Amino acid sequence: MNRALQLGLAFFCFGITTPVALALDDPSEMLPNQAQEKRAELLGARLRCLVCQNESIEDSSASLARDLRHVVRQHVAAGESDRQIMDWMTQRYGEFIRLQPRFSFATMILWTTPLLALVTGIFLAGRMLRRTGEAIPLSEAEQRRLAELLGNREKRE
Amino acid sequence: MTIPTRRRLLMTLPVAGAGLAGFGCWKMLSSMQDGSFDPRAIHREITGTKVPKFSLPGLDGQKDGFDAETLRKSAKPVLVNFFASWCIPCVTEMAALRSIAPQIPLWGIAYKDKPDDVRHFITRDGSPYARVALDEDGMTAINWGVSGVPESFLILPGGRIAWHGASALDETLFRREILPLATATP
Repeated sequence: MNRALQLGLAFFCFGITTPVALALDDPSEMLPNQAQEKRAELLGARLRCLVCQNESIEDSSASLARDLRHVVRQHVAAGESDRQIMDWMTQRYGEFIRLQPRFSFATMILWTTPLLALVTGIFLAGRMLRRTGEAIPLSEAEQRRLAELLGNREKRE
Repeated sequence: MTIPTRRRLLMTLPVAGAGLAGFGCWKMLSSMQDGSFDPRAIHREITGTKVPKFSLPGLDGQKDGFDAETLRKSAKPVLVNFFASWCIPCVTEMAALRSIAPQIPLWGIAYKDKPDDVRHFITRDGSPYARVALDEDGMTAINWGVSGVPESFLILPGGRIAWHGASALDETLFRREILPLATATP
């Protein structure tokens, strides 16, 4: 009976405090300086949440993402550049934490494929367009047959 | 006669493309199946990285906590294990840690956990850790590049990180990957 009451109370308190805790989660973490906060948000959008991996840390509600948001803000407030912060993260979590991978030997094909596809497409289209209207030369046998037919017509006339 | 051949040639391009894509998908799925490829794995370069600066309190009743300096000064390689009492894989990892502990100094860092819960968790069946430190806000773990518990690091004397694993340890993994690195250093 006592235990049931305790449990009930626990659930009641949990139900009340949870939304408050989640609501506090964001605004209290925001940097007072608007420009810095904006920078932190942009940086966060470029960092992968390592728990829900296709979300950025700015979008994810995982606790690791919340901690990483906090770390980003600490670094921004300390006056570090975007590059320094991204490098700090990459040193600890590898290239994978960047939602947009940097151009390197390993990512060369990834970055150049659109350009390669465009160039190949233009080249092929150009070749095909130039071909239209151009007659295919007759083979020797065909020329003979043509001469024969023309010869026959001339004779008949 | 030339037109059909060229048409056929043009047809082979998309067919070959689709075939290649199919082969790629099959290759990816089969290596995901046998565990040689994990798209969620965080590939992190650890060569040359050193233990970051930190200092963490210990747990009452256990030994003191430790800091980067203590790790650097250790004469033997140390296996540092991040764990939490609320993490299920950590519970299953405990048994393996107990069999690993006699073979290498094993130091634990409790990640985002309450001191009482940690004490209960590690003393329930005998603690495998030579030392335990508390990282209650999880900031030290982030500085180490921990993305979740359990994770383990092999620290060589001088503070160099020689190995980093982001999954639960077991005896086989320990013997295959960690022990050779730990014994290779004098």
